[in-house]
Amino acid sequence: MLNKDLVIIGGGSAGMAAAIEAKKNGVDDILILEKDSVLGGILNQCIHNGFGLTEFKEELTGPEYLQRFVKQVEELGIEYRCDALVLDVTKDKVVTYSNAEDGVVSLQAKAIVFATGCYERGAGAIQIPGDRCAGIITAGTAQKYLNIHGFLAGKRIVILGSGDIGLIMARRMTLEGAKVLCVSEIMPYSNGLNRNIAQCLTDYDIPLYLSRSVSKVVGKHGRVEKVILSAVDDKMKFIPGTEMEFECDTLLLSIGLIPYVSLLDKIKAEMSSTRGAKVNDYFETSIPGVFACGNCLHVHDVVDFVTDEGRDAGKGAAKYIKGLVEKNTTILVKPGDGISYVIPQTITNKNADSITFKFRVRRPIQNVFVTFEDNGNEIAKFVRPVLIPSEMVMLKLNQAQLAKIESGEITVSIKERK
Amino acid sequence: MSKDLTCIVCPRGCRLHIDDDLNVTGNSCPRGAQYAKDELTNPKRMITSIVRVKNRENCMASVKTSVSIPKGKIFDILKEIEKVSVNAPTHIGDVVIKDVLGTGSDIIITKEIK
Ligand SMILES: Cc1cc2nc3c(=O)[nH]c(=O)nc-3n(C[C@H](O)[C@H](O)[C@H](O)COP(=O)(O)OP(=O)(O)OC[C@H]3O[C@@H](n4cnc5c(N)ncnc54)[C@H](O)[C@@H]3O)c2cc1C
Ligand code: SF4
Repeated sequence: MLNKDLVIIGGGSAGMAAAIEAKKNGVDDILILEKDSVLGGILNQCIHNGFGLTEFKEELTGPEYLQRFVKQVEELGIEYRCDALVLDVTKDKVVTYSNAEDGVVSLQAKAIVFATGCYERGAGAIQIPGDRCAGIITAGTAQKYLNIHGFLAGKRIVILGSGDIGLIMARRMTLEGAKVLCVSEIMPYSNGLNRNIAQCLTDYDIPLYLSRSVSKVVGKHGRVEKVILSAVDDKMKFIPGTEMEFECDTLLLSIGLIPYVSLLDKIKAEMSSTRGAKVNDYFETSIPGVFACGNCLHVHDVVDFVTDEGRDAGKGAAKYIKGLVEKNTTILVKPGDGISYVIPQTITNKNADSITFKFRVRRPIQNVFVTFEDNGNEIAKFVRPVLIPSEMVMLKLNQAQLAKIESGEITVSIKERK
Repeated sequence: MSKDLTCIVCPRGCRLHIDDDLNVTGNSCPRGAQYAKDELTNPKRMITSIVRVKNRENCMASVKTSVSIPKGKIFDILKEIEKVSVNAPTHIGDVVIKDVLGTGSDIIITKEIK
């Protein structure tokens, strides 16, 4: 069997950053395995601009952003295989992939970084009432058809879900000649950026209906003919008499992303409420030497932060391979009041210079403290004027603050400022 | 004509208000004030689209305007972009239309295709 020091599964933004950082930290024997025909991941289809503000202080399109990392991968001589689908991984870190040229290959790795991204929830996930017919597709699939292959998924479109992908696709399909009738959102607020509502919907007079969802799809002849939207009450039940009918040929779904973890699941890595794996401060999962980062760990909305996380995981993997991982404690990090999850879930090195914690709040809130507590004792406290669920929060504890932790558990919570 | 609008210059998306004398409030930085003034006098946008790659099967190369263009010209410019096709390899920054419709903006490739 072939040996590799580090195998990276997925050559998107997270995987490329992990590879580059591991190489810079002295790991030479690296292989990136990517199932697609090119590196770059989801950004290949995100042709709009808005990427790279933190990383490069410039606004780039997705393909421009990813190219900067492809260039580094190539300049550093990092080995990669495209059209290489990873089929299997074992707890002992044997990675099996298939590729038209190489056939089915198994490799023994010293460490593995998972950077497999996420997938979109489809029609099955929300059980849309009505006919089963063609013309119901996810927004990301429509984006790929259009931006990569040049096919418009439909001419008269209703979009369900007002996250950023739905908003971006509303504009994109309008620009390519489709009529986008409306965007419907079941929640009373949009999860997309204000800026995307302004430049993708308002600019093109596309209505956004809040607290409304699809109550019926009509498509008797094999393709969507009509979509009926109804208002929902605060228990998300349809309110009779509020129906709005739209004659259309396509229903685009932008109803959420889920980390892609089937291989991690198979080797029984412990999972968290993000639906990604639990990780420690080295981005290592519960399986020693197996790391995770990017959208397969938790869904990100800004690629710059994905790149950053990829680097941290790459650094962690390099330390593991070189035997430099310092583990001197096990402190669990728990989400407290108002917080849906915190990454990392455990701290293993109390002597680190600093550790960055990433989390999301459950609902929009203003004028609060974020506290880190150890058995009721405050370790650190940060003031925040506004926090919203669609923005990931990042807060750093320094060495002195980490040293204050005495028990085996800390809690991150939101507290009102009086 | 005073107006409420959302700043689109950066992802923060501040809610701006601009009055008849072009006084701007709600912006967190000077770029927001400039945006609101431009939006009332001469609104501009970056546009991104795709062009066909002739020598590759079902393959499109992405393009963008090199600078922002007047909002009213978006659909005219898209018609110009639609007329264009290219051959691979394509390189980021390749100009496919020079000074499109006299706007001072070029249409440039944003994707490397081997
Ligand atoms: C539609 C959309 C629009 C977005 N818009 C913006 C924006 O405007 N601004 C911004 O900053 N961010 C945006 N983002 C967020 C950001 O771009 C992504 O979060 C980021 O690119 C994800 O990087 P990743 O490496 O984690 O995942 P991906 O880019 O998805 O990469 C994962 C890679 O793993 C590969 N893979 C998966 N399984 C296997 C396997 N078994 N074997 C081999 N390879 C495998 C996949 O093919 C893929 O290439 C957007 C995201 C999406 C989905
Ligand atoms: S005003 Fe400044 S900070 Fe606010 S959205 Fe505009 S550019 Fe961003």
